[in-house]
Amino acid sequence: MSTIPKGPRPKHLTVGRIGLYCFIIMCALFFLMPLYVMIITSLKDMDEIRAANILNLPKELSFYAWPKAWSQACTGFVCEGLKPGFVNSVKITVPSVIVSVALSALNGYALAFWRFRGAYFFFGLCMFGAFIPYQVMVYPLLKIEDFLGIYSSLPGIILVHTIFGMPILTLIFRNFYASLPIDLFKAARIDGGNFIKIFFYVIIPMSTPITIVAVILQVTGIWNDFLLGLVFAGRDNQPMTVQLNNIVQVDYGVAEYNVDMSATILTSLVPLFVYFISGRWFVRGIAAGAIKG
Amino acid sequence: MKNSVEVKNISFSYGKTEILNDLSLDIKEGEFMVLLGPSGCGKTTLLNCIAGLLDLTDGQIWIEEDNVTWKEPKDRHIGMVFQSYALYPSMTVEKNLSFGLRMMGTAKDLINEKIKNAATLLQINELLKRKPSQLSGGQRQRVAIGRALVRDAKVFLFDEPLSNLDAKLRAELRYEIKKLHRDLSNTMIYVTHDQIEAMTLADRISVMKDGLIQQLDTPKQIYNKPANLFVAGFIGSPSMNFLNAKFEKSNQNIIVGNKQIDISKYENINKLINDQEVVFGIRPENINIEKNENSIQCKVELVEPMGADTLVWTSVESNPISIRLEGSSNFNLNDEINISFDINKSSIFDSKTEERI
Repeated sequence: MSTIPKGPRPKHLTVGRIGLYCFIIMCALFFLMPLYVMIITSLKDMDEIRAANILNLPKELSFYAWPKAWSQACTGFVCEGLKPGFVNSVKITVPSVIVSVALSALNGYALAFWRFRGAYFFFGLCMFGAFIPYQVMVYPLLKIEDFLGIYSSLPGIILVHTIFGMPILTLIFRNFYASLPIDLFKAARIDGGNFIKIFFYVIIPMSTPITIVAVILQVTGIWNDFLLGLVFAGRDNQPMTVQLNNIVQVDYGVAEYNVDMSATILTSLVPLFVYFISGRWFVRGIAAGAIKG
Repeated sequence: MKNSVEVKNISFSYGKTEILNDLSLDIKEGEFMVLLGPSGCGKTTLLNCIAGLLDLTDGQIWIEEDNVTWKEPKDRHIGMVFQSYALYPSMTVEKNLSFGLRMMGTAKDLINEKIKNAATLLQINELLKRKPSQLSGGQRQRVAIGRALVRDAKVFLFDEPLSNLDAKLRAELRYEIKKLHRDLSNTMIYVTHDQIEAMTLADRISVMKDGLIQQLDTPKQIYNKPANLFVAGFIGSPSMNFLNAKFEKSNQNIIVGNKQIDISKYENINKLINDQEVVFGIRPENINIEKNENSIQCKVELVEPMGADTLVWTSVESNPISIRLEGSSNFNLNDEINISFDINKSSIFDSKTEERI
């Protein structure tokens, strides 16, 4: 029986569609599997873990691993758990993110609107800087910081994160600003804005989406950083990632997998949280370059 | 009357591309000057130079008898309206209007008073608390004009302000801009590629092409006595009809193919020399359908009724010719017609120099 085409086209579930859903579900399972294993392992006691049924749900829920990971687990000779590392990570991440994002926004604005002599060269330099692997710069930077007297200190690690974040952030901001109508900037100049006033009153209020993208990139990047924190932060300011490593890498005693698992989850909670609350903004910010008006 | 804006021998180039070369232009106090030309002719560049948004390569800009060549845009007593409106999206209409005044540190009471005046003048009172995204195109452009208004600009610069609007709104706002000029009598410089806007608004039009001013005159003069072929073809819609011809001094005729047209009534006939190659130009409304000793017989090829008038297309020696007739006139395809030209309203150009004779 054939019907006359009228109104909206009827939706059919085709074989292709079903295949697509299957594929998507399998992908999701593939990536969720490790998380599942981590969570259930963290809720088992050591006897059950040794029984080696890694995918089984815990017979008896035991929560002792979590507080232990947070405040008692031993990192080297100190047994205070991850808590000090969390505090350190916050102390490193917050100022680094603020300083690097603010400076990059200003840089991007200058590059996009005030086409000074050599702006293109500087733009190319940023591009280049964004792609240099930072291991290359670790040693020279260490010597410089040593010379400045801030090696192994909080300002030292903040400076390093700011420096490494700026090229890519500057590019992101410049491209976002380049997509804004240039007439806005011209109008602001006629209205009497100077370099700084236009930035604060006209440009910053329009920068919300791209600032959120930059903050997400920086928070996750800096929070997850291990190498720079290990090298530049010094003993007193070791970030959470370095302490996590110390907990997991035990040279003596028993490896407590449930504690390791909960410590790992605790460490990754911040980036996870940032992604969850800002995913929508992230997409919007990335796409914002495409929208004019 | 003194000059409000003087552009003195300015040049401007982007890298090696020269946009303006040694261009001069004086604009009188209170004058409505339209810069008209096709895209890429340098009209917007010229406006940006006057506004101070671009640095000159050479020359000077004077505004209100003050050499502003090196001055910042904000110190030039100008207000500017852009094609894209360029309203600050994060601010309400009120904040948009007051931004310039706030930047100058004007007292709050004075700001409020000026906004009130401008809003009343432009009928945007009830929009003051809205964001630009909640406005229609026409409303946005009113706000943009208001932004120039509150700053007490001596010179208003318009950069194709109506190009983003639909035809009806365009006509409405055109009327309002003209009224605004009548009431304020500020100097206004208006860039457009739309010849209707230019004709209706301007005190004087400067027709530009390739960074050069082709003709600077009143709309009437430009329409009736275009200085060269380019101006003649650019102004007027439907555009002027052109016939390539040769002048014959003995009987004061021009020869088009094997047709002869008597041009003894042409104003500058004395300047023509025998055998000169010319282009004969005649506007569609200056062709009459009538039979006389000087008329040419041809066939109707196409009829375009436009309401108020009807456009009839025919051809003379395979050159297409359009004739503007009354809206009520009735013609059918392939009708035989006799057309005659109103010679004292025609223009004759030299083929080589393309200048009007």
